[in-house]
Amino acid sequence: MKRSSLAVREWLTGYLFISPWLIGFIVFTLGPLVGSLYLSFTNYNLLQPPQFIGAQNYFQMVRDPDFWQALSVTFYYAIFAIPLDLAVALALAILLNQRVRYMPLFRTIFYLPAILPPVATSVLWNWILNPDYGILNAFLHALGLPQPQWLVTPQWTVPAYIVMSVWGVGTWMVIFLAGLQDVPQSLYEAAAIDGASVWRSFWNITLPMISPVLLFNLVQGVIGTFGYFTQAYIMGNGVGGSNAGVDNAGLFYALYLYIQGFAELHMGYASALAWVLFFIVLILTLLIFKGSALWVYYGGERD
Amino acid sequence: MTYTQVSVISRDASARARWSTRVRRLITYLLLTGTSICFLIPFAWLVISSLKPNDQIFVFPPTWWPNPVEWNNYAQALTSQPFGRYALNSLFIALVNVVGNLVSNSFVAYGFARFRFPGRRVLFMLLLATMMVPSQVLLVPQFILFHDLGWINTFLPLTVPSFFGSAFYVFLLRQFFMTIPVELEEAARIDGAGPLRIFFSVVLPLIRPALTAVAIFSFQGAWNDFLTPLIYLSDPSKFTLQLGLAQFQGSFHTDWNLIMAASVVVMLPMAIIFFVAQKYFVQGITMTGTKG
Repeated sequence: MKRSSLAVREWLTGYLFISPWLIGFIVFTLGPLVGSLYLSFTNYNLLQPPQFIGAQNYFQMVRDPDFWQALSVTFYYAIFAIPLDLAVALALAILLNQRVRYMPLFRTIFYLPAILPPVATSVLWNWILNPDYGILNAFLHALGLPQPQWLVTPQWTVPAYIVMSVWGVGTWMVIFLAGLQDVPQSLYEAAAIDGASVWRSFWNITLPMISPVLLFNLVQGVIGTFGYFTQAYIMGNGVGGSNAGVDNAGLFYALYLYIQGFAELHMGYASALAWVLFFIVLILTLLIFKGSALWVYYGGERD
Repeated sequence: MTYTQVSVISRDASARARWSTRVRRLITYLLLTGTSICFLIPFAWLVISSLKPNDQIFVFPPTWWPNPVEWNNYAQALTSQPFGRYALNSLFIALVNVVGNLVSNSFVAYGFARFRFPGRRVLFMLLLATMMVPSQVLLVPQFILFHDLGWINTFLPLTVPSFFGSAFYVFLLRQFFMTIPVELEEAARIDGAGPLRIFFSVVLPLIRPALTAVAIFSFQGAWNDFLTPLIYLSDPSKFTLQLGLAQFQGSFHTDWNLIMAASVVVMLPMAIIFFVAQKYFVQGITMTGTKG
């Protein structure tokens, strides 16, 4: 009897401790999630009560060229920016892991851009990428290379975002660096004794050992790309006057969702867009996790 | 590996190895320095542009050194909009977020780390799953919720949610709680301390570095946030620095020297915090990234 009442007390204390999150989860996450599912089947502009219209929002989406544009812009960016940024972040982390002097100084330089306010860094990059007076084209000019009309012509809009993204790899780099520091040095020593080249140790030791970290960054990258908003908003406004670059060339998915929901007040349609976004991210994440069984190596015990 | 094994390697080979190590170090430093310069050029361009007189902004190829150095750009940029007001608003919102996140997340994380109750595993999985939900999905319904509560154009939607915990911080703090030996708490319990007392006077002091990381990340998150203030704040006297800067760019769209001056000012507080507390940034990021 005494024993079970003690257990009940522990339950209650536990629930009490986690109650802020539990309440917040229901009120700010679960409730809104369910609410938005319902709204996605309605016509709602915040002023009149929601009007049930069945799956019309979803049918409309299929015929909406801007929706397809938003998807293609986002996928275009994801396919190039995520692998490029992962590679750069990993390369920098490997360089920093060579027991170099001034490592903290280099780390600070590479990490700093990633923690600054994205509004300010986007404003800065608007000016860096300015096709006529920006520093990037000045360098390309000095090297005798062609100078693209960054953010001005549609075909140079997404590439501009991709170029900028490399500057923000600091967070991934720090995570990779921590992963690299956990790789036992003895593995490399053993490989060196066996006469393995640097390249071979990279493929057969480094990459497998940090594959869980790579997986983490990859998933974060996919989620982040579908939430890519501030840069798209600030830089889409900077040139050309429209909200999403010339000819909607910078219409990222999250930006389109914002425009539909908060500029046009099409809250029903925006909810449908949100659910499609959720679904896409869920599918991609599941695919990545499923696929990861093939390439992610978990050494030792795992709880 | 023992020393006798090493000595088996011939002297010739070890000389070659030393040489190749030296070449490798040289290449490493060259690459690091080169990349560092590439990463620093945007900052140089930012500061230099912010000090240029009007007529030197639109020159191609650009000049490096502003002549004369136009400090006045800063005064002009900062007085053209109430940036002081914006900074106070940002600071207030960020500090409330720090408090909210510290209180709520340490409670929740401790609950998950130390108490056994039915459904704990499921709830914790649910908590982790919320990290996979892009915040954009919740944007519209949360807006409607806060709209119905009459919270639009107040700081409430930007501060209140922080008092209800967030998966990222709960996870981070729980990792730290797990490293504390239970014996400490058991000793305190035998001495007659209740769970709250143990939490505050035994456990919390032990995870101070993790709490610092949470404080810094929530400050950064709230300070850098753009989307939430954009959606909820319409009265210019309530604007945050990020909203103010975005609007500033909109209204001064070709005065790049002034825009850069304003950007420097908006970046500076975060940069300073970063230089002072980099250790905690790295620690916090590392805990969530590699121990997941």
